[in-house]
Amino acid sequence: MLKRLNSPHELEDLKKSIRSCRDLNKTVVSVCAGTGCITLGSGEVIEALRKEIDAQGIGHKVEVRASGCHGFCERGALVNILPQNILYQRVKTQDVPELVAKTLVEGQVVERLLYPDIVTGKRITREDEVPFYARQKRLLLEHSSRIDPQSIEDYLYFDGYKALGKALYAMDPQQIIEEVKASGLRGRGGGGFLTGKKWENTRDAHGDVKYIICNCDEGDPGAYMDRSLMESNPHSVLEGMIIGAFAIGAHEGYIYIRNEYPLAVKNATNAIIKAEEMGLLGDNILGKGFNFHIQISRGGGAFVCGESTALMASLEGKVGEPRAKYVHTSEKGLWERPSNLNNVETWANVPLIINNGAKWYSGIGTAGSKGTKIFSLVGKVRNTGLVEVPMGITLREIIFEIGGGIPGNKRFKAVQTGGPSGGFIPDTLLDLQVDFDELTRVGSMMGSGAMIVMDESNCMVDMAKYFITFLLDELCGKCLPCREGMKQLHTILIRITNGEGTMADVQMIEDLCSTMKTASLCGLGQSAPNPVLTSLRYFREEWEAHVLEKRCPAKVCKALITYNISEKCPGCGLCVKACPETAIVSKGKKQPVELDQIKCIRCGTCYDVCKLDAIVVK
Amino acid sequence: MKIDEAQIKTKVRGILQKFNNNSAMLVGILQDAQSELGYLPHEALHAIHEYLDIPLTRVYSVATFFKAFSLVPLGKHQVHICMGTACHVRGAEKILDSVKRELCIEPGTSDKDLNFSLETVNCLGACALGPIMVVDGKYHGNMKIEGVKSILESYKEPGGKI
Amino acid sequence: MVKLTIDGRQTEAKEGMMVLDVARSMNIYIPTLCTHEALSPYGACRLCMVEIATKSGRSRMVTSCLYPVEEGLTVQTNTQKVAAHRKILIELLMARCPNNAVLMDLGRRLGATPAFFPEENPGKNNNCILCGLCTRTCAEVVGQSAISFVSRGIGREMAVPFFDHWDACIACGSCSYVCPTGAIILEDKDGVRSIKMPHNEKQFELAQCEQCGSYWIPKRQIAWMAQKSGLPVEAFDKCMDCRD
Repeated sequence: MLKRLNSPHELEDLKKSIRSCRDLNKTVVSVCAGTGCITLGSGEVIEALRKEIDAQGIGHKVEVRASGCHGFCERGALVNILPQNILYQRVKTQDVPELVAKTLVEGQVVERLLYPDIVTGKRITREDEVPFYARQKRLLLEHSSRIDPQSIEDYLYFDGYKALGKALYAMDPQQIIEEVKASGLRGRGGGGFLTGKKWENTRDAHGDVKYIICNCDEGDPGAYMDRSLMESNPHSVLEGMIIGAFAIGAHEGYIYIRNEYPLAVKNATNAIIKAEEMGLLGDNILGKGFNFHIQISRGGGAFVCGESTALMASLEGKVGEPRAKYVHTSEKGLWERPSNLNNVETWANVPLIINNGAKWYSGIGTAGSKGTKIFSLVGKVRNTGLVEVPMGITLREIIFEIGGGIPGNKRFKAVQTGGPSGGFIPDTLLDLQVDFDELTRVGSMMGSGAMIVMDESNCMVDMAKYFITFLLDELCGKCLPCREGMKQLHTILIRITNGEGTMADVQMIEDLCSTMKTASLCGLGQSAPNPVLTSLRYFREEWEAHVLEKRCPAKVCKALITYNISEKCPGCGLCVKACPETAIVSKGKKQPVELDQIKCIRCGTCYDVCKLDAIVVK
Repeated sequence: MKIDEAQIKTKVRGILQKFNNNSAMLVGILQDAQSELGYLPHEALHAIHEYLDIPLTRVYSVATFFKAFSLVPLGKHQVHICMGTACHVRGAEKILDSVKRELCIEPGTSDKDLNFSLETVNCLGACALGPIMVVDGKYHGNMKIEGVKSILESYKEPGGKI
Repeated sequence: MVKLTIDGRQTEAKEGMMVLDVARSMNIYIPTLCTHEALSPYGACRLCMVEIATKSGRSRMVTSCLYPVEEGLTVQTNTQKVAAHRKILIELLMARCPNNAVLMDLGRRLGATPAFFPEENPGKNNNCILCGLCTRTCAEVVGQSAISFVSRGIGREMAVPFFDHWDACIACGSCSYVCPTGAIILEDKDGVRSIKMPHNEKQFELAQCEQCGSYWIPKRQIAWMAQKSGLPVEAFDKCMDCRD
């Protein structure tokens, strides 16, 4: 039974008591229980740890905590030993007995589980010395790896809901809005609109009934920052929403979570129940007499529902079709009432701003983009994971110093930001200082924060085709330029990657893109041209090779490549067995095998299976 | 065993009660109905339209708009291949092709004996583990072409071939 | 009332009016396909796009059917940019529904190049442009919501539920009446009304006038009118011409 709190004072007392109750000399083994690490077996690691610790009789000295996301996904399953801050990576159940015996009983590190420096190979003990972490500024993600998302006490331990107490009792709604405005916080979902201004517009809009909405639809492929925040630290989002509701004068809120995020739904639901029990949400919040209830709504599998008006339509139980926004949703949104919609990460920034002040917050970042941004650094990069950095850091720093550069000795080719609404950025712009306006200036955009790295083995025409194919599947179909335009774009891109394109096709692409950008009803269609246009702008030679020479320089486009057996093939026959079309035949012992080009469907299985580099793609 | 109409109606009534007969929660209602019934039979959509007193066209439009819903029975095992950007960049297309060859079905369909259903997903949000194949909710990360056959084999009926 | 300028001409309009309606009242031509005065605006065809500049100087292109008038607004309905986009839009439609007389006519008017884009579905004769006039009429005017848009994206179609569930349809033919491209064909012959939708066709029995014997209205529609009005079915036994 959780204690109901009726004032900031009671909250503070409770926090103090939680802190004093927890033995600061007790070791905490924090194991990442985020979706990624669970897939890598962290659930089993947690069980094995608990069993082994019990067996060793040290259960009174050691706590095993199933925590939120640690962020260094490439190295999962991740285990953090606190308070020493030892980071163990790629932990498997078979490592548990040694870990318990050596580290927890004897107080020694297990070298082989420590992170090895990419250049020197030297093992690094402390998490904060690992370059991936050392160069980040983890304000939002700081506590994810320290708390159990199911535990509200863990959140309170780290000053959770202190900002709410301050907002309710030491500030009035107008002051809160001024503070958020002064902080310079801009929407983290993609729009980049000034959050404080949006709050003000909603507050000033006509009507007594207003809504607060949290957009956790996170459809951008490659982006999972919101999933991580919602799974790992749902209370940070709730706290932001409650403060926003108080400032705007709303009493009902919704969190719209993608259907594909079951753990986020579970943890958010649990957080709401616990917060309500403690009087931090629901009726008479912290004894202030302010009521605010939050409901969770699940998406049905539609990228377009990340668009605010489509999301609201879905909340109303209708198809997720966007509508014109000439009248803003802050005036007429959900049920035609003033609605303030913000992204998960935007909401999570609010308690930080209230606790530390707008001046502190606006001291981080660039002139036009304040604070930090969480990026999901994925693709052809060594250290894939979630990185939180101050606005203004360069792409080079993110990709090479935090990301560890490109694996396999390959060359960097491009980075894509902003999801299907964003664009490709080439190596000549690696020193770009990442912020809203800079990314837009070069033809891309911030978007939700997906940062996808590509190397020399990725084809930029294929990548443009990929995004159009994605959008073709996801567009709602309401408006003509997006629906028909995307179809025509797709047809042209297929022809180009099949070696049937002409320069007239390229001109048609540019005409189509211009109309889609201007005439489409919503952001999906309006920004769909971005990946195509940036690919054309920065990688024109590749397009010309496809169109004029019928050649794919990166050797990706199936119709333009062939797989060939090199002379060094010793005839081991692995590829013969693996080929689904029996297009490869053995020619006898120690003889190279033979590949029938007519039967070959260019699936690439032989290339993947060959351990001896005996298959050459031309 | 096919569920009969009366049973469907009872289940739907139960779900609607859970949502306080609130038609704004239509997407959630359909998700729970699909969870319970395995897919969305037309009797379920009719029942929702009747009990909530909303046009059948609205229920049908919503059920056909969102990718999560299937109006035809799904296979015993559901295979999802992530086609998100990070997975694509790491070769998800090849994994999908391999699965298509192995199961002999196209995405969005099931085999005729309803053993497997195949669907693509536009990003699961587990990008560091790409390419990813999910079978019955279990994530298989860092997929290689060689791994496809063995993982799918483990779900096939003994001695059976699709 | 607000003051605004359209194509250099100053005018006044009531607040809440859309730019399209004001322009039309000034006899200024703006092409549209998905709008109708009896229905709520939808914004699907985008043909009514115009260039605007607000009082504060912000300029952009908007669909005039959905943009409310503002004090000090400047509107240009047919600039080079507008014309270029309208051309592409109609060309896209012509690729979707080739050989459609209405679209070809509009295409000529907007300076479209015939077959600029390759035909979408060669051989498939579908005149539906997904404008939504039929679905909105059935929902907002008739109140039956018998048809709707089904599926998402490029597979989107206008259809009855399950493609064969006609229960809510009263065969009034309003959808056919309002369709701008002839995608819904209504034919009354030998006591039967047939409605041909893009996806399939349905026959409905027509009722005969007690007095003159002509087949004048679907039996379903009588049943519906009786139910709505509370009057008995017999109250509708005479056609409109034979009523007192």
